[in-house]
Amino acid sequence: MRKLLNTVYITSPDSYLSLDGENLVIQKGSTEAARLPLHNLESIIAFGYTGASPALMGACAKRNIALSFMSQSGKFLSRVVGEVRGNVTLRKAQYRLSDNMEESTKIARNFIFGKIYNGRWVIERATRDYSERLDAIKLKKVSEGLAKALNLVLNSRNLDELRGFEGESATQYFSVFDDLILQQKDKFFFHGRNKRPPLDNVNAMLSFVYTLLAHDTAAALETVGLDPYVGFMHRDRPGRISLALDLMEELRNVYADRFVISLINKRVVNFSGFMQKEDGAVIMDDDTRRTILQAWQNRKQEKITHPFLQEKLEWGLVPYAQAMLLARFIRGDLDEYPPFLWK
Amino acid sequence: MMVLITYDVNTESEGGKKRLRRVAKQCMNYGQRVQNSVFECVMDSAKCREVKNKLEKIIDKERDSLRFYYLGNNYQNKVEHIGIKESFDVEGTLII
Repeated sequence: MRKLLNTVYITSPDSYLSLDGENLVIQKGSTEAARLPLHNLESIIAFGYTGASPALMGACAKRNIALSFMSQSGKFLSRVVGEVRGNVTLRKAQYRLSDNMEESTKIARNFIFGKIYNGRWVIERATRDYSERLDAIKLKKVSEGLAKALNLVLNSRNLDELRGFEGESATQYFSVFDDLILQQKDKFFFHGRNKRPPLDNVNAMLSFVYTLLAHDTAAALETVGLDPYVGFMHRDRPGRISLALDLMEELRNVYADRFVISLINKRVVNFSGFMQKEDGAVIMDDDTRRTILQAWQNRKQEKITHPFLQEKLEWGLVPYAQAMLLARFIRGDLDEYPPFLWK
Repeated sequence: MMVLITYDVNTESEGGKKRLRRVAKQCMNYGQRVQNSVFECVMDSAKCREVKNKLEKIIDKERDSLRFYYLGNNYQNKVEHIGIKESFDVEGTLII
């Protein structure tokens, strides 16, 4: 397996990114804040209206370093994409599959199967770990509901049916999401998913972490030569990284949601870092965002055994491993795309 | 792994100054300058061969010297810093 390289987060909006030789140079005003060799980097994420030189963009595109720009609040703005190259046969095979509704459904089924399966285990594990603090009967019921949904997903005939099952099981899953929050309950609660803008602390964190994950999955797909914009369940829409969103489905609960919950339960974040604006939108302050990035980076370094590959790797490489398996399936080396099934 | 690259380039002649600049520039591409002619580079062995090859071509073996210290993968506890110019860990969390 490939080595997991580092990600740089630039959170100060007054910095400028440029290239010097083989180095990324981050300038704050007229002083040099950091100088990093590009070969140590996997991706660069800039928050706020940080500028970057075209030379750096070119160098990143050439070396497969994902360079993304986000707004101060973590909303995705743009990604730098280099010239189209790499494996054209693989991409064409991907487009053919995406145009074929029946084949698309087959792949989408596996993404959603993974999502529901992982969601179920997030709940099962919480029930097991905190049996005396949680309403085990309620959680068991949801878990059983999700188990039933798994069978329905496997037998779904088209994408609409599949989306229906997916939506239903997401509602079920999120109905007990609030129960998983064990600490700071008066300030961190979850009464349903809302976005654009998020209306409570938990949703603000979820949105932020999902953006980070989408950046990682898109970068992973790009690395293995797939087109992150052409999806199977998420259909084409200009500017949307549909395939990255597809691939993200199975990682959402097990990677992002659990991460958010552990930040709250371990009191890594606290409510003073959140502000509510007049229109109800909740935003995080810079320190909280930094804390989350730091924790996210640490989570990426944690090692697990990949359930399909049976190989030890870092969490941060899971999107890459899945992208690689997807590419193998599209190329015809695997009979089916194996979703990431985490227990 | 971490490789420490240090050099001594004889700058008595005009050509020496040029070599010094070129060596420093190459080292900068691969690692972090921690002291004037000392660079810490975190890289795999392929990259290491690459930089070694480049540097060997630049220096004049009659006059200059190069040293490579291989600190391996667990280099964190082998490096201690005292005084100014604190470096940062390229493998640690990078939030700027």
